[in-house]
Amino acid sequence: MSDVETQIAAWRAYAEKRREIGTTDTDELEDHLRDRIDELVATGLAPDEAFLVAVKRMGSLDALTREFAREHSDRLWKQLVLVDADGEKDRDLAVVLGFAALGAVLVKAPALVGVGYDDSGDLAFFARNVAVLVLAPLAAYLCWSRDASTRVCAAVAGLFGLGVVAANAYPFDPDAQVTVLTAIHLPIALWLATGVAYVGGDWRDARARMDFIRFTGEWVVYMALLALGGGVLSALVLGTFDTIGYQADEFVGEWLIPCGAAGAVVVAAWMVEAKKSVVENMAPVLGAVFAPLFALALGALVTGIVLAGGLDVERDTLILFDLLLVVVLGLLVYGISAYGPGREWSDLLRLVLVAVTLLVDVIVLIALAGRIGDYGFSANRTAALGENLVLLANLGWSALLLLRLVRGTAPVTRLERWQTSYLTVYAAWAWVVVLAFPLLFGND
Amino acid sequence: MRIAKDLVAASTTPLVLGILAEGESYGYAILKHVAELSGGRLEWTDGLLYPLLHRLERLGHVESVWRQPDGGRRRKYYRITSSGMAELTEQRRQWAAVVAALENVWTSLGAQPAWEGA
Repeated sequence: MSDVETQIAAWRAYAEKRREIGTTDTDELEDHLRDRIDELVATGLAPDEAFLVAVKRMGSLDALTREFAREHSDRLWKQLVLVDADGEKDRDLAVVLGFAALGAVLVKAPALVGVGYDDSGDLAFFARNVAVLVLAPLAAYLCWSRDASTRVCAAVAGLFGLGVVAANAYPFDPDAQVTVLTAIHLPIALWLATGVAYVGGDWRDARARMDFIRFTGEWVVYMALLALGGGVLSALVLGTFDTIGYQADEFVGEWLIPCGAAGAVVVAAWMVEAKKSVVENMAPVLGAVFAPLFALALGALVTGIVLAGGLDVERDTLILFDLLLVVVLGLLVYGISAYGPGREWSDLLRLVLVAVTLLVDVIVLIALAGRIGDYGFSANRTAALGENLVLLANLGWSALLLLRLVRGTAPVTRLERWQTSYLTVYAAWAWVVVLAFPLLFGND
Repeated sequence: MRIAKDLVAASTTPLVLGILAEGESYGYAILKHVAELSGGRLEWTDGLLYPLLHRLERLGHVESVWRQPDGGRRRKYYRITSSGMAELTEQRRQWAAVVAALENVWTSLGAQPAWEGA
């Protein structure tokens, strides 16, 4: 390549970095630049001089960008480009829809062998197996899109196989505590197994794990958006068909919602990947908005518990408190997932949030210990105890790291590495509950 | 002599439409044409022509097509539409009114511009 060609390529690369100037616009501008250079060379300028003059006459990229932005303001709205001109994206879309359809088929597959949604036994079967049914296509899609090695695919498939065994080998009673516990913990275990596929087997790498955490947050946001759209679609189908005398509830309830939800699992993942570099991440933004509000609410809660003279834990409240801890952890993790320098006050805020949450967790643990002392270890209480201890350990160490971060004695990467390493603890605990609890506690 | 920015800006649309009314063209050729027509006195920053062309296209006054002449580079050609012709007529009317008004002012002043004569 001659000097001028290199220079033109460099200029083009600069122009392409401007979001306001599209690719075909760059083509057009480059054509213009070449015309101008040709003309100047014809009048006797050396090519590199001609290049300088031509670029100067083109105008500064800043000014150009401003004008393009004025004309193409739509480009300032970062867009999710769903269908691109090149064929590769079309093929991607077809594959995504294929995996989504697989999810929809899998979720209806039990119906073929007579497991409907009617009695409690069927529902319990679904509750235990739904994670396998909807997450397997997602993991397969991720393996495909990552071009994962056979070893990784086999490992992920093995974990899902283990999930099938855990959900079905034990003769679960529909009303037993362990049935509910399996239904709650198997999705967690399999989501983390899906994470192995997401990072393409690179699960020892802290950065890859952090990417998976980010992916999880965005995926949840997209699922919520898809659910919102699906809800509108369902309501409109029900309402409009009702006006022409058709009862669509069976179609909506047994086909539209389950198949749509199963397909959405894959589609949401694809959307997260497709827009990764285009749109700001939502989860950190939500985290920043809600962290102070949760800190306030938790502070009020602790005051309330103290004023009420203690806490009486039942099964539902236990789950509620675990959920609360998980949400706070989410706020913490997504806060640091988009960490930028110069946010001392937000570190301080996180420290306050974690400290208050630790207080709540300790109160819950005390109440739980009292209940275990009175009634002994049941499956639920043991699971709740384990979860609280797992989260307590995480929050405690996080609080310490945050304190050192605020004081400036530890970098944020320490906290990041702690959180990403801790994913294995969640996975281990979830598998323990899924695999060991039915054997330990049985169907009572 | 440099022509003021506002005047340049106001005259670009009728100029571009007028040039395209003579036949389809592409960005660089349009600029060359403008330079010829104005005797080099009307100077634009080259790049800024393109956002203008895109605006005219969005408004439906011109349409564009990518074409590759034999042995040449792929190039985007612009062509005026009937709505563009209507716009040109309208602009022409308005400019005629402005020019006529100015002419009257110059005549009533009676003097020759300082840079001519003397």
